[in-house]
Amino acid sequence: MGKTSLPDAAKIKDELLKVYPTKVKRKRSKHITVISPEKEGDSIQANVRTVPGIITQRGCCYAGCRGVVLGPTRDIVQIIHGPVGCAYYSWLTRRNQTRPKSADAPNYMTYCFTTDMQEEQIIFGGEKKLKQAIQEAYDLLHPKAIGIFATCPVGLIGDDVHQVSREMSRELGINVFGFSCEGYKGVSQSAGHHIANNQLFKHVVGLDDEPIAGKYKINLLGEYNIGGDAFLLEEMFAECGFTLVSTFSGNSSYDDFCKSHNVDLNLVMCHRSINYMAEMMQAKFGIPWLKINFIGAQATADSLRIIARYFGDSELIDAVEKYIAQEMPEVEKAQAELRPRLEGKLALLFVGGSRAHHYQELFKEIGMKVVGAGYEFAHRDDYEGRKVLDGLEVDADSRNIEELKVEKDNTRYQARLSAEKKHELEKQGITLNHYEGMIPSMEKNTLSIDDISQFEQEKLLELYKPAIFCAGIKEKYGVQKNGIPCKQLHSYDYGGPYAGFRGAINFYREIDRIINTRIWKLIDAPWKEEEQIRADFAAS
Amino acid sequence: MKMQTTAPSHTATSNPCKLCSPLGACLVFKGIKGALPLLHGSQGCATYIRRYLISHYKEPIDIASSNFTETTTVFGGKNNLTNALKNICTQYTPELIGVATTCLSETIGDDVPQYLREFKSEQEPNARLPHIVPVSTPSYQGTHMDGFHAAIKSLVTYFAAPLPRTQRVVLFPNMVSSADIRYLKELLADFALDHIILPDYSCTLDGGPWDGYQKIPSGGTSVEDLAKLGGFAFAIELGRSPAGQESASAYLEHKFTLKRYTTGLPIGIQATDEFMQILETISRQSPPQAIREERGRLLDAYADAHKYCFEKKAVVFGEADMVAAMAGFLLETGIIPVLCATGSHNGILKAELEKLSCQSGRSLEVREGVDFEEIHDISRKLKPDFMLGNSKGYSIARKLGIPLVRVGFPIHDRIGGQRILHLGYRGTQQLFDRIVNTIIENTQAQSPVGYTYM
Repeated sequence: MGKTSLPDAAKIKDELLKVYPTKVKRKRSKHITVISPEKEGDSIQANVRTVPGIITQRGCCYAGCRGVVLGPTRDIVQIIHGPVGCAYYSWLTRRNQTRPKSADAPNYMTYCFTTDMQEEQIIFGGEKKLKQAIQEAYDLLHPKAIGIFATCPVGLIGDDVHQVSREMSRELGINVFGFSCEGYKGVSQSAGHHIANNQLFKHVVGLDDEPIAGKYKINLLGEYNIGGDAFLLEEMFAECGFTLVSTFSGNSSYDDFCKSHNVDLNLVMCHRSINYMAEMMQAKFGIPWLKINFIGAQATADSLRIIARYFGDSELIDAVEKYIAQEMPEVEKAQAELRPRLEGKLALLFVGGSRAHHYQELFKEIGMKVVGAGYEFAHRDDYEGRKVLDGLEVDADSRNIEELKVEKDNTRYQARLSAEKKHELEKQGITLNHYEGMIPSMEKNTLSIDDISQFEQEKLLELYKPAIFCAGIKEKYGVQKNGIPCKQLHSYDYGGPYAGFRGAINFYREIDRIINTRIWKLIDAPWKEEEQIRADFAAS
Repeated sequence: MKMQTTAPSHTATSNPCKLCSPLGACLVFKGIKGALPLLHGSQGCATYIRRYLISHYKEPIDIASSNFTETTTVFGGKNNLTNALKNICTQYTPELIGVATTCLSETIGDDVPQYLREFKSEQEPNARLPHIVPVSTPSYQGTHMDGFHAAIKSLVTYFAAPLPRTQRVVLFPNMVSSADIRYLKELLADFALDHIILPDYSCTLDGGPWDGYQKIPSGGTSVEDLAKLGGFAFAIELGRSPAGQESASAYLEHKFTLKRYTTGLPIGIQATDEFMQILETISRQSPPQAIREERGRLLDAYADAHKYCFEKKAVVFGEADMVAAMAGFLLETGIIPVLCATGSHNGILKAELEKLSCQSGRSLEVREGVDFEEIHDISRKLKPDFMLGNSKGYSIARKLGIPLVRVGFPIHDRIGGQRILHLGYRGTQQLFDRIVNTIIENTQAQSPVGYTYM
């Protein structure tokens, strides 16, 4: 499909809404935005409860807390307080990778601990069993920290995971902390991200004041090391001369979290899941944050340059330029090779709270067009930028998620930048503590769709017939039934890494293989045409 | 044989060997034509169970949810359920909606059957409503197998009504693979039996590309057939039901005088022979030549390979019925199932293994209600040659440095879990070849010489 023949996005929107009853139609209409040429006023409804019975790809609060944010951390023992299912379903399913620092350093990620609540605990309370579970996990592994995750029934029967955590903390002399992340809270997994941020900030961040050696100290926030992305980024930072203190939370460890308040700058990848942490660290310790993106070669280069300018040291700026110059030729070679095979093909991306934005970069770099993109669980600021934050309406679902009141730490707060330096950076177009959102980077006459339903997804495939659809495992097989390949951007289908320069090359090649495979050409059986001819003949 | 059984050593569960009951119920509803499962609870339950089933079946699986909010947990889930049902009806026009509860709706005490009665009475008198079948599946009771059986029972009690007697057969296949169900259909057709299989997800959870969008994938047991259950002449139930629980086939027998046959999962010669005898009795036909030949080939393979199998030790784990059947099969071949373990706790595995004990003088460990941490502890002492069970055994197999032969559910680290054939002479043949070759391959790999001829 060439540049001029793209279908009218507004018409496609009408088609998507046609089947819904009036009330649902009105509701869903606000979640589907046709990108205008100016983009300025393009607004979208997001982070609102899914209508019951509309099949959503969203998960729950518990999934966001236990699975997304804490899941990739290898040495905090995680005990799921509840019936067995929730623990089982979140057991190593996100394909986070981790690399302990030494052969004898702990890695508990392959474990799944649960209180496996039975009816008896539902009736008489489960705190006793939880305490035993904590004790047993401690006896087995002797971890430094244990996190307790509450699932749906826990809040209802009145078990206090925080009280139990405090008691066991005292008894065992280790850090035990709870997460009230019952599945029914909030709108989606997004509520769980927030709760995870809060508890990590309250109970872990700032525990270790030991000064850290090294220059240009940074944390990488919102990078979960799917498919080994974090490993590539760690190498990249090391080669450029940065000191990466902690990642939240891919390939991370408890000790790294404890000292993460001693950095000069926080880098934010997935704004949705981790912006709370960035904001709280800014408020308490004075650490500014920069929204960066290491998905896409150009985006990686741009991000590295911005970070280097933040520090403003010519030694660092040179090192970064040298690194980019060293990596780019291979990237450009791959682009030149693959572009002719992929140019102009259409992609749809419905995934996550940041990936639908970040991955557009990679598709653009191989000449593909992203005609529709949306998030599962993002908020309006992830679409339209943080400028909308002040005007956001907080509904009942979000109001119940605790907003921590964070104050300046009198002894440890330290402003990292002078007002002049900040101003100077702004003049260079570098805005700290800011995210522009996805919509400004999208092309006109494309669609942004929030919390896309199974039904809308099928309709889009029919109307756009894209070359590729990017989503997760729940969408994957339905998409492929239509003869259209689906790339999982949650788990990478065992592929990856895709971050940074080398990751970009991996991604281009994989997309080429996926789109240009022979499989899709084999779908029609040889007799299909004959049968059609016979049927037409019989009809005539 | 001595049978050793010990109580679990831990209070909490590390690396569970069971899933929650709503998952089993959803799977059953996926085996009904035009049906959509609906979970009454948080949307996370539907999402998690979808993603988990999908990772095994590698097929699209839609499960709707009534999307509880915090307010719903306080005021009850009636409105959410009503909205969900309405929206599903307009979008999907299903023939049946299977409503399974979750720990959340059960804990707050939602009365789903009552909500459904109210929902129906609130609709227009002439409105064409789908069948709505509720099933109670609190995740804090039992395992996914209990949810599986409960959903089947709910369907049967919902549909079966007194009808004139026909010669039809209903087969309850247990939680087996899509390929197993296809094979059972073929077998029953070979015996010229007019039958239905409940549930039948052989196509819905293992199908080809679509010509056009399918709101609900085609295939499954039809509601028309279910509505005729009351007139059926025979029921065959594979697998055992827990003591004190009336299974779907027992209900039909008790209520409608149909003749009921039960047997274990037909895996191995003896178990399959028993199943064939049931088919013979019902059909009054001897097995067709092709089936006799399959049996012959399997015996031939046993004979060809028995020297590789003798005294090899296996740890078998998974659902009780599957484990019991696998243990019976392994004992036929000379392989000793040194540990038979399941996460459920209902006496099925113990009872089945006691029966097997009459035929063998071996010391076997049988554990119910275990987790993988415990399976690992016991396995370390038993020094097995291989493990037989689902993907979750992989980390233990890896630590012990032994192979894992994948059977049952869930299999999410290999392709084709839904296509593994376990049942009958044919399924046993495939399993047996796979197991023997795994043993040989392992011996070959460990050999310092690397012989290529055996």
